[in-house]
Amino acid sequence: MTSPAWQRRRTAATDLWREFRGNRGGLAGLCVLAAIVVLAVLAPLITDESGLDVISATGTPLQPPSGEYWLGTDVDGRSVLLLTFWGARVSLLVGFAATVLSVFIGTLVGIVAAHFQGWPSAVLLRVTDFFLVLPSLVLAIALSSVLTKGIWTIVLAIGVTSWPSTARLVRAQTLTIESRPYIERAKALGGGHAHLIGKHVLPAVLPLVLANTTLVVGSSIIAESTLSFLGLGDPTSVSWGSMLQTALSSGAVTAGAWWYLLPPGLAIVVIVLSFTLVGRALETVLNPRLKAGR
Amino acid sequence: MTTSTTGGPPAADLDERRAGTSTARFVAGKAGGALASLVFVMVLGFLLFRMIPGDPVATMTRDRPTSPEQLAQLRERLGVDEPLWRQFLDYALGLLSGDLGTSYLYNRPVATMIGERLWPTVLLVGTATVLAVALGMWLGIRAAWKRDSAFDRVHTGVALTLWSVPQFWLGLLLLIATQGLFPSRGMRSPDLPEGFLAQTLDVAWHLTLPCVTLLAVIYAQYMLVMRSSLLEEMGSEYLTTARAKGLRDDLVRRRHAVPNALLPAVTLVFLQFGMVVSGTVTVEAVFSWPGLGLLTYDALRGPDLPLLQGVFVVLAGSVIVMNLLAELLYRVLDPRVRAA
Repeated sequence: MTSPAWQRRRTAATDLWREFRGNRGGLAGLCVLAAIVVLAVLAPLITDESGLDVISATGTPLQPPSGEYWLGTDVDGRSVLLLTFWGARVSLLVGFAATVLSVFIGTLVGIVAAHFQGWPSAVLLRVTDFFLVLPSLVLAIALSSVLTKGIWTIVLAIGVTSWPSTARLVRAQTLTIESRPYIERAKALGGGHAHLIGKHVLPAVLPLVLANTTLVVGSSIIAESTLSFLGLGDPTSVSWGSMLQTALSSGAVTAGAWWYLLPPGLAIVVIVLSFTLVGRALETVLNPRLKAGR
Repeated sequence: MTTSTTGGPPAADLDERRAGTSTARFVAGKAGGALASLVFVMVLGFLLFRMIPGDPVATMTRDRPTSPEQLAQLRERLGVDEPLWRQFLDYALGLLSGDLGTSYLYNRPVATMIGERLWPTVLLVGTATVLAVALGMWLGIRAAWKRDSAFDRVHTGVALTLWSVPQFWLGLLLLIATQGLFPSRGMRSPDLPEGFLAQTLDVAWHLTLPCVTLLAVIYAQYMLVMRSSLLEEMGSEYLTTARAKGLRDDLVRRRHAVPNALLPAVTLVFLQFGMVVSGTVTVEAVFSWPGLGLLTYDALRGPDLPLLQGVFVVLAGSVIVMNLLAELLYRVLDPRVRAA
């Protein structure tokens, strides 16, 4: 692929990367994220999974941090460090999967609503606005309470409730792009809908979608922890939300077991903050209006 | 606008009347849209809690032993053996007459239970929103006016961090950090003190932690929007004019920049209402604040589908009404929208 269009895009990407590197917050977020993802993927290799089993737990319940258990133990005598480590896998998996679903629906709806005129786009816009104002968490709670409990239920519940903001963004961007002369030229040359969307609209919309995606991952991770905290998560796997749920329901919080509370919560904050920083940095790089003020 | 400059009083009169009908049309259009959304909420409530579960009775009793008689009774009461259109008709007519069905866990009318729990939530959400708006806007204005100053950096950083914090975790942290200083659950002390003032103070004492938790997460949004909204105005030429007139910096900000930047932030207050409502569910669950959020949390244990359905319809409905208010308010506040 060495067509001029691709060469131009590659140069643009290199320029963007150079600008992104200049944003210290965004770069720091990216490094933290990379480290967390690598650690989470390698978890089965560097830690012993059997420590997650309630029956074979070796420690005494609710032990404060010590040399043996760096972050103390939970109500079942399991290492909090190990639980937090493994919780990252579920949180990241749900966060990414829900985001893929959400961004896919949002991009599809946004492009279709902007590209096609007439009643289909009016209906889509109306539906988007409806879901945009609806409290998405309440909707996600409703969905996951009626479906069978499990990771994919959570993914579905978050994915199908969080797409409207992406749809609005993509629609606005598609409208600006479609008003440009080169789209008219492509139409005059006989380009069909598939050609226009695939060759012209999508490549121009994608960078903005990318910035938006990183922000969606952050909110998806918070949504996952909230749903697990409310007892709607997968009962068989450890996630940060379910750890916090046990901490409250078992009375560990009222007993003052701060070591049980801090690690999962801080993990959520660090990971969500990193995604937010990267997302904001990308937005600044990609949005000329924000850049002009600098 | 254009006719009034050319003609005398009759033309101005005509212009005013035209503005009147356009306002009426605008209000009617928005109200119609909101009404359509409310109908959509009604349908969604039915879809979610009746159709998606397939067999609602099986869903509700999945975690508890139930005798065949109880099951039959429950099926009878919910009417799940009737055809779907019949069920929907019953549900819709009941909803319109204020009947939200009967709770499965508590065996009481859902509408009555929601009525009891409504005011604590209104109190919590109202207090937290008012405080968050005041704090967020004040900080946002200060941060934007001195862009990239230490104040701006620190407060944007704090707001972004709080924005990344799950509300319930912050609540748990506050609980553990203030051990014993504030009540950990409920809205009133079991031994209620005498007198109105003492009772109000008691409620305020209980309100502190849930309110601070909710406030901490939502003020960040207001601050960041206020900040970026003011930043967009900062380059405007009318500010240079105001400065050139010799106005003090403080006056330029208060009289010229802030009023123009306020609009997006004001509408955001209403638009974010859905997010605040979502937040109350977890905050109320942590502090056992006896509002709609705790009711949702308790209903999840069943899951008590009629109760969840009722809360869902009420919460979603109120968000849509608030949104309608935001759109109407925006028109009152922004002359540009009024003219268009």
